[in-house]
Amino acid sequence: MRTHSLFDRQTILVLSLLAAAAILVPTMNELPPPGSALHLSDHLVPLLGKYVCFALLALSVDLIWGFSGILSLGHGAFFALGGYAMGMYLMRQIGPRGVYGDPILPDFMIFLNWKELPWFWHGFDWFPFAALMVLLVPGALALVFGWFAFRSRVTGVYFSIITQAMTFALMLAFFRNDMGLGGNNGLTDFKEILGFPVQNGSTRIALFVLSVLALASGYLLCRWVVGSTFGKVLVAVRDAESRTRFLGYRVEHYKLTVFTLSALLAGVAGALYVPQVGIINPSEFAPANSIEVVIWVAVGGRGTLAGAIFGALLVNAGKTWFTAALPEFWLFALGGLFVFVTLFMPRGILGAAGDLWERSSQKLRARRSPQPATHAAE
Amino acid sequence: MTVPVTPTLLYLDNITVSFDGFRALNALSLAIDHAEMRAIIGPNGAGKTTMMDVITGKTQPNEGTALFEGTHDLTALDETAIAELGIGRKFQTPTIFEMHTVEDNLLLALKNRRGPLATLLSRGVNQDMVRIDALLERVRLTAQRHRRAGELSHGQKQWLEIGMLLAQEPKLLLIDEPAAGMTDQETADTADLLRDIARSKAVIVVEHDMTFVRDLGVKVTCLHEGSVLAEGSLDAVSANERVVEVYLGR
Amino acid sequence: MVFLRNILQATVLLLGMASAALAGAYEEALPKFANDSYVDTDAAIGAIAGSGNPLSIDVVESLRDGRLLVGSGQVFFRRTSGELVNAATGQAWGNQTGELKPVRVNNRVRRAIEAALGSLTLLSSDAAKRLEAARAVFRSRDEATLPTLEKAIAQEGQPHVRNVLESARAAILLSKQDALPIQRLAAVQTLRNRGDQEALALLSNLPSQAPPEVIAAAGNAADGIRTRLAFWEAVQNVWYGISLGSVLLLAAIGLAITFGTIGVINMAHGEMVMLGAYTTFMVQELIRSNFPGLFEASLLIALPLAFLVASSVGILIERTVIRFLYGRPLETLLATWGISLILQQGVRTIFGPTNREVGTPAWMSGALDIGAMSLTYNRIAIVVFAFSVFAILLLVLRYTSLGLYVRAVTQNRRMAGSMGIRTSRVDALAFGLGSGVAGIAGVALSQIDNVSPNLGQGYIIDSFMVVVFGGVGNLWGTLVGAMTLGIANKLLEPYAGAVLGKIALLIAIIVFIQRRPRGLFALKGRAVET
Repeated sequence: MRTHSLFDRQTILVLSLLAAAAILVPTMNELPPPGSALHLSDHLVPLLGKYVCFALLALSVDLIWGFSGILSLGHGAFFALGGYAMGMYLMRQIGPRGVYGDPILPDFMIFLNWKELPWFWHGFDWFPFAALMVLLVPGALALVFGWFAFRSRVTGVYFSIITQAMTFALMLAFFRNDMGLGGNNGLTDFKEILGFPVQNGSTRIALFVLSVLALASGYLLCRWVVGSTFGKVLVAVRDAESRTRFLGYRVEHYKLTVFTLSALLAGVAGALYVPQVGIINPSEFAPANSIEVVIWVAVGGRGTLAGAIFGALLVNAGKTWFTAALPEFWLFALGGLFVFVTLFMPRGILGAAGDLWERSSQKLRARRSPQPATHAAE
Repeated sequence: MTVPVTPTLLYLDNITVSFDGFRALNALSLAIDHAEMRAIIGPNGAGKTTMMDVITGKTQPNEGTALFEGTHDLTALDETAIAELGIGRKFQTPTIFEMHTVEDNLLLALKNRRGPLATLLSRGVNQDMVRIDALLERVRLTAQRHRRAGELSHGQKQWLEIGMLLAQEPKLLLIDEPAAGMTDQETADTADLLRDIARSKAVIVVEHDMTFVRDLGVKVTCLHEGSVLAEGSLDAVSANERVVEVYLGR
Repeated sequence: MVFLRNILQATVLLLGMASAALAGAYEEALPKFANDSYVDTDAAIGAIAGSGNPLSIDVVESLRDGRLLVGSGQVFFRRTSGELVNAATGQAWGNQTGELKPVRVNNRVRRAIEAALGSLTLLSSDAAKRLEAARAVFRSRDEATLPTLEKAIAQEGQPHVRNVLESARAAILLSKQDALPIQRLAAVQTLRNRGDQEALALLSNLPSQAPPEVIAAAGNAADGIRTRLAFWEAVQNVWYGISLGSVLLLAAIGLAITFGTIGVINMAHGEMVMLGAYTTFMVQELIRSNFPGLFEASLLIALPLAFLVASSVGILIERTVIRFLYGRPLETLLATWGISLILQQGVRTIFGPTNREVGTPAWMSGALDIGAMSLTYNRIAIVVFAFSVFAILLLVLRYTSLGLYVRAVTQNRRMAGSMGIRTSRVDALAFGLGSGVAGIAGVALSQIDNVSPNLGQGYIIDSFMVVVFGGVGNLWGTLVGAMTLGIANKLLEPYAGAVLGKIALLIAIIVFIQRRPRGLFALKGRAVET
C-alpha cells in the first residue's frame, strides 16, 4: 500500500504532464499556422518558460517550508543570484556588439567610465564556469547564512525575518553602481547564449524545454530526498524539533543541508529565467517577491511538491490575466489569496484534494471490511 | 581514554541552575548506578524537569559537575551529543512525530548512523524492519504499525515514545511522568515494562502517582526547592517528616 | 578655493582704491559710471563707499539692482517707487527726455558692490541690517571698511551683532599687509573663538608673507577649530541618529506590543502607519477647506483620529483574520502580508498612487542653532513626540489593568488564561493599541516622509530589526534597539555611505540575532521556550 518507490502515482502524473508540456508547446508553436486556434504564439513561449522557472523556485521553497518547516522569505535572493551569474555570462557574450562597441567591457561599465573589467567578472565568458557559479554562489550564500542561523537555533518567524533582511540588504547592494553589476538597470541587451541568438524562436523553444527538464529533474530530486530517511528526519524536525535533537540528530546539519540544496534549485531556476525574460535587475531581490513565492506554494499545497508546481503555474497565470484585464485589482486578488488560503485552505489545493481522496477511500475500505478502525477515538 | 572519576553511570554534584535569580536547582547531587532504576518525586517546581534538562543538555547549569560514565562532562555537550552518548529522554507530554507512521517513528529512533548523508542514502533496510518488529511487539503496537502516530490514543503514544527510547538503545533512560493520563491497567502495564527495561539499563522515572512508584519498588529520591530532601526506599521516604510536610501532605 | 582666490584678488584691488577715498570724492567718482567701463565702475564704487556722502548707499544699491542709469554724461538712479533722481544732487529729475542706459555690472563689480554695501550699512539703525552688513564685510574683507567697522564696533550695543562685527574686523586684519603682528594675533584669537567653517578657511589660507608667529598661531587656531568642528559634527551625527532612532521607535513600538503579546508578526503594521499619515492628510484637507484658522493645530487634531482609524482597522483585522491563526505564526505572517497588499492597493485606488502633500505648521518650521549645528524644529518635535509616546505607553502598561493583562499574557499566556484573564479580548485590545500607536506614528512621519501608499513598506523591515534586536516583551528593549540602530546608522554613514552603512547594519543585526536569538532584553525561564 505505502510505496516508498520513487515512481508513485503522483510522480508519474507530474512527469507525464511535464513531458506533455515539453512536447506540446514546441509543436503548437511550430506546426499550426499562425491564426489557427491551436497555434501558440511566439510571445507565449518565453512566458510559459518563465512560469516553469517560477515553478522550480516554488519547488525549492516547498522543500524547506513544506518538509522542514523553514520559512524562508528571502529565497528570491538565491534565484536572483543564479540569474545574475547567468546574466554575467550573457553580458560577456555580447562582445563588441554593444552600443559602445567595446570588445570586453559591457556598456554600463563604459557608461560609468570604468577602465577595466572587475576581477569577479573574469571567467564568466566561459559557459562551464558561469554554470558552476550559478550553483556555487547561491549555494555558498545559503551555506554561510544557514550555518550562522541554524547553529544558533534561529527558528520560526525570527528566521523568516532575517531572510527578509538578507534579501533586502542584497537588493540595496545590487542597486549600487559601484557593485559592478549594472546597478539600477541590471544586466540586459543579451545577444547570444552558447552561440544561439536569445531572441530566436528556436532558442526560446530550446530554453523552454530545458526549463521543463530542469523542473522535472528538480521534482525527482526533491521526491528522492523526501522519500529517504533524511526526508523523514526533516518532517520530524518540522513537527518536533527538540524531540529530534533528543533522538541524537544534529538538527542544524539537516537544516543546513536541505537549505543549501534548496538554494541550489532556486539558483538554477534563476539562471534559466534570465535568458527567457532577457533581463535581470536588483528588483528581483525585493522582499515582496520572495513572499509571493511562498503564497504560490501555499495555494498549491505545502509539503506536496506537486502542489508547489501547480500553485506557481496557477498564481502566475492569474497574475498575467489580471494585470492585463484588471490591473487595479491584482493586488486585491493577491492579498485576498494570502488571507483566504491561510484561513480556509491551510493545506492548499492539492492538500485539500488529497484529504478528500483519503476520506473517500477510507469510507470505501470501511464498507468493505467489517472491523472499524476506531483506535483514534479511544 | 581518561580514567573514570567515578564508577557510577550518572554523577551529578552541586548542580545549580538559576533563571533570573530564581534557583530552579540548588546544589543538587545525585548518583545513578548501571542498571539501576530510580524514582524521583517532589512537588511542582522542585526542579525535576530542570534536572532532566541539565542531564540532557537542554539547560546549562550555572555551576556544578555532571558526569556520565565517569568521563563525559555533560555540561559541555549539547542535546545531540548527549543523546549519542546513550541518554534517552521521554517527555512529560508524549512527544512523538505525529505526521509519521508508528513504524517511521521507530525507524527514526533506531540506533543507526545519524548524519545527513547516511540518512539521505538510506531507505529502511530489512535489518531495521526486524528490529522494529521486536520493538512493536514489546510496546504492543504491532497492529498500529502503519497508522499515523497522531491518531494513537494517549496511552499508546506514551508507549510509542518509550518504544522510541528503547530503539535508541540508550544506557540511561529519563522518563517524565509515564503514567500521566493512563488508565489503571495501562499504569500497571507501564510499571511492568519499566521494570523489565531496568534489568539491563539505568532508568530515572519522575512520577507523582504514588501507586505507580510503589509498583516500581525502587529507591526513591524526593526533591524540594532544587535539592535532595530525602532518599531511600519509598517507605523510608514517606515516613520522613519533611517529605510529608512539603509533598505528601498529612 | 577659486572663490577664495577671487576674494583675495578683489581685496587687493580694493586696497588700491581705498587710498583714493578722500572727502569730496563722491562728486569726483560719480561721472566714472558714465564711462561704461567695468574698471571705472569698480573704482567709482570704492570711492563712493568711502566718501561718506548720504546718497552713496542709494547709488550702490541702485547699481546692484540695475536702477543706476546714465544718459548724456549725467548719472541718475531710479527709486524703487519709480521716481528718477539725479545722483549728483539728490533732486528729483522729472523731465529727462534723452535715452538712459543702466550701468552694466559683471561679477567683479558685484563683489565690489557687496563690499561697499557692507561698509555702508554697518551704521544702519536697524540691527538686522547691521548684522547683514557685518556678515557681508566678513565675506568681502574689504580693508576700506575698516574705519567704519571700528566706529560700528565702538557704538554697537547688541552682543551678537558685535561678535560678527569683531570677527569681520579680525578677518580683515588677518590678511592686511600692514597690520601689526599683535593685531593679527588678536584677530587669530577672535576667529578661533568664532570657530566655524569660514573662520577655518581664513585661518588655513593665510598669505605666506605673514609673520611666522602669526602663521603658527593661525595653524594652532585652525587645529583647534578642526577639533571643535569634528566634535560638533559627531554631536550632529548623534543627533541625526537620535532623530532616526525616534522615527524607528515610533514605527516599531506598536509592533513590539503586538509581537510581544500575541507573538504574531504583523506584516501590515507599516500600513497602519500609512493609514495614520493619510488620516493627517484628510484632516488637513478638511481644515483647509472649512476651518483655515485651525491649520496650526491640524497635527494635534489628527493624532486622536489617526489612533482611532488605525486601531479600529487593527481590531478589525485581529477579529476577522488573526484570531483564527493563533499558534501558527508563519501563517499569520503570510495572512497579514496579504492584508498589507489589500490596504496598499485600497489607498492607491482611493487617493491615487502619487505622493500627497501634508503641510507643516509654522511652529514646526525653522531651526535651532546650537554650537556649530542646527536642529530643525520638526525633527525636535518628532524626537520629543517619540519619547512622549514611549513614556505614555510605559505608564499605560504599568498602571492600567489593560497593561497588567497585556504583561501577564506576554509573560505566560496559558497561566494568564487560567487565572481568568480573557486572553482573546486582551489580544484584540493589544492589537488595537499597537495599531493605534502605529497610526499616530503615521502623523509624525507625514512630516518627514512622502505620504504615498508605499509609506509603510519603507519602515517594516527596519521596525522588525528594532524589535528583534531589542527583544520581545520589553518596551525598554525597543527603545534601546531603536536608538542603537538609529545612531549606529548615522555614525556609519559618513564612513560607509548611506547604502553600505545600512547593509553593514543589517549584516550586524543578522549576526547579532544569531548570537542572541531572543534579542537584547530577552525574557528568560521555562515558559518562554514553549
